[in-house]
Amino acid sequence: MSRKPEAALELVGIRKNFGSVQALGGADFVLHPGTVHALLGENGAGKSTLMHVAFGMIAADEGVIRVDGHPVRIDSPRDARRLGVGMVHQHFTSVPALTVRENLDLAGGREDGGAAGFLSGLDLEARVEELSVGQKQRLEVAKALATGARILLLDEPTAVLVPSEIEELLQAVREFAASGGSAVLITHKLDEVFAVADDVTVLRKGVVTLSGALQGETRESLAKAMIGEAPPSATISRLATRDLQLPPAVTIQDATVPPRDARSPGLRKASLVIHPGEIVGVAAVEGNGQRELMLAVAGILHASQGVVSVEQPTALIPEDRATEGLIPAMSVVENVVLGRGKDAAWSRGAWLDWQAAERVGTDIMTRFDVRAPGPRAVIATLSGGNQQKLVLGRGLSTQPRVLVVENPTRGLDLRATAEMHQHLRSAAAGGVAVLVHSSDLDEVLLLADRVVVVCRGELTELSPPFERGRVGQAMLGVPPA
Amino acid sequence: MKSLPRFLLLTGGAFVAGLALLGVILAVLGYDPGAAFRALVSGSLGSWHALSSATLVRATPLILLGLGFSLAWRAGGLNIGMEGQFLAGAIVATWIGLHVGALPGAVAQPLVLLGAVAGGAAWIALPIFLRQRFGVLEVISTLLLNFVAEALVSWMVLGPMQEAKRTYPQSDLIAVSAQLAHVPGGRLHAGFVIVILIAIGAHLLFHRTMAGFQLRATGLGPVAARLSGRIPVNRVIILALLGSGALAGLGGGMEVSGVTYALYQNLSPGYGFTAIAVALLARGEPIAIIGTGLLFGALEAGAGAMQREAGIPAVAVAIVQATIIIVVLVAESIGRRRLRTISPAGAA
Repeated sequence: MSRKPEAALELVGIRKNFGSVQALGGADFVLHPGTVHALLGENGAGKSTLMHVAFGMIAADEGVIRVDGHPVRIDSPRDARRLGVGMVHQHFTSVPALTVRENLDLAGGREDGGAAGFLSGLDLEARVEELSVGQKQRLEVAKALATGARILLLDEPTAVLVPSEIEELLQAVREFAASGGSAVLITHKLDEVFAVADDVTVLRKGVVTLSGALQGETRESLAKAMIGEAPPSATISRLATRDLQLPPAVTIQDATVPPRDARSPGLRKASLVIHPGEIVGVAAVEGNGQRELMLAVAGILHASQGVVSVEQPTALIPEDRATEGLIPAMSVVENVVLGRGKDAAWSRGAWLDWQAAERVGTDIMTRFDVRAPGPRAVIATLSGGNQQKLVLGRGLSTQPRVLVVENPTRGLDLRATAEMHQHLRSAAAGGVAVLVHSSDLDEVLLLADRVVVVCRGELTELSPPFERGRVGQAMLGVPPA
Repeated sequence: MKSLPRFLLLTGGAFVAGLALLGVILAVLGYDPGAAFRALVSGSLGSWHALSSATLVRATPLILLGLGFSLAWRAGGLNIGMEGQFLAGAIVATWIGLHVGALPGAVAQPLVLLGAVAGGAAWIALPIFLRQRFGVLEVISTLLLNFVAEALVSWMVLGPMQEAKRTYPQSDLIAVSAQLAHVPGGRLHAGFVIVILIAIGAHLLFHRTMAGFQLRATGLGPVAARLSGRIPVNRVIILALLGSGALAGLGGGMEVSGVTYALYQNLSPGYGFTAIAVALLARGEPIAIIGTGLLFGALEAGAGAMQREAGIPAVAVAIVQATIIIVVLVAESIGRRRLRTISPAGAA
């Protein structure tokens, strides 16, 4: 044995089955002190499961955990915290009505934990509900550190952040590692891996396919380890089929839409025209009125002033598929009926012909490759990618003239993301007017023919070129130079 | 219900456990459990008379109010005020019943029952208004109106609706033409048939109609239902709560026109609350509610016999009811927790 310093956290031969499904088939993972370690893998590859084992949330069937070289038992998150392991989950766990300081005290109150990097620019006396999403996320990390954690497990911490916030968070993670801490970063985004990680481990179907220093790896090598083949190209170009001669599918003129909640400015005096076949991207920092724009076009919200004229039918792919797009406790076919309502395919007066609806559901599942045991499968048992494909397939199955799409690929893996993009492009190629917003600016720029920015309730159309820095500045309200 | 065998096994097991616990407690307290169980069975199922005149008569309001609770619950509303709506329905039914002596039964009885429906719906109208206008939780407002309804009944039978003799705190008997048909020589009345038909109707509503689908979607995913742009979520909840109150009111009307023929204080021995257990135990499924309503009806009928024949307080069967509810709830929540840890939301 070489005299290498002991690993901060070592997982050896971790095996875990859920019923007959193998989640982890003997995974090894080594986190060195003072490093940031990216944990990559498609949805369902076992990333979260592995970290939940390390944090004591899931008991492994087999395997050994070592912290600082000593074998340990971690049966609960409490054990993990005692051993200096902290985890930041995908959802926020702070109390909105309490201040930043009070939330830190609740978490454990250790002031020495090197949380300063994550708290920079944060008012300790501000109430959490007043914080931006990025600030809330940094508070989550600081809370984990307040328990005395030296090992941080970050479960997709950047999924809900905008570029500048992601940068701040990753910067703080780097500083944490530089000061001797160790961090695991679960992510889907290869950019982040190269921006911040020292080491990388890739899981595929519960098995480690790549592990070691990031040095020498490329996007291609990581993607190959993740999905086992060359990644579907994300930049398939689309024939420009938009036809500006056709009458517009969406016409918005001086429209004002009242805010949905107190944190949003709503939409003020916005004007926008979308022609059939166009993909218009909406770039905006969360809570700037873009939600009102999307929902007004989808017909859910109504303008208090001005005109919002939209060709029917429209379909909405809402931001949060699990609460807004689908009802997880209901079946596939029930969710199809949910989205299409009183459809001639199954409506018989007041009665509902479920067999007819099931045929439609099965058809959508086939056409959009929704993998589920059948149309009666409960949504909650489907993977995120399959849920999203169902939402999209359901929307497109009505042959909409206008498609309103929010965060179409949040939480999806590379393959599912590429499929989703392809579906959106071919919908546009087929003459659908598409309005798409994503909190991932790169996704907006990748998909859009035209880009509009919504900032503090004002809608502005940008002129080409749609270059990242320019659009980012406009999103933050910085006037063009 | 997909998990029907499991459901029957669980409820049956919980029922047996409850009986066993009751037996142990009775033995410890010095009663004769054998005599108690014999009375419990003979008083509920032991004879045609016990079955029809005790069990089914008790089960009728339990099933109906259970359906009422379910209607609101499946839409995401909590109507804890069925006791009050039951009494409101009973008051209106009695008042109509006292004034329709000149009409034939075919007119008088529907009038009485429709009046009860209106009474129950009216009693829940205020909570609905408060919910819509000020966001007052209907759990609180419907519950509180129970006490108002009780006080109103007391005032009625001591004041404006007291019997002509003015001796007892009760109303006069309603007109014969307003009384529901019943089995000759027994107490089982036509209301039972109506209730079974309503249960079947509710089953069809929930599972075969668009309106029922909208109701369930509103309850299971109000945000998704609203964003679908196809479901008037607010109207669905209002109608479900109104319907819930209406069914509870109908229960009160049936009790007056089918069983008591007059308005009393303490007309309901807590039907409005027992029915919540009946509905929850059946997970809000109308056909299952018939089953759980019959079970609880039999227990209450048997309890009366136990008190008369074995000298054991009728409330002792509350042990059985409570055991069933606790066992089923605990088993359910364990099942749910296991489900949660098994499927970490697909993201791994």
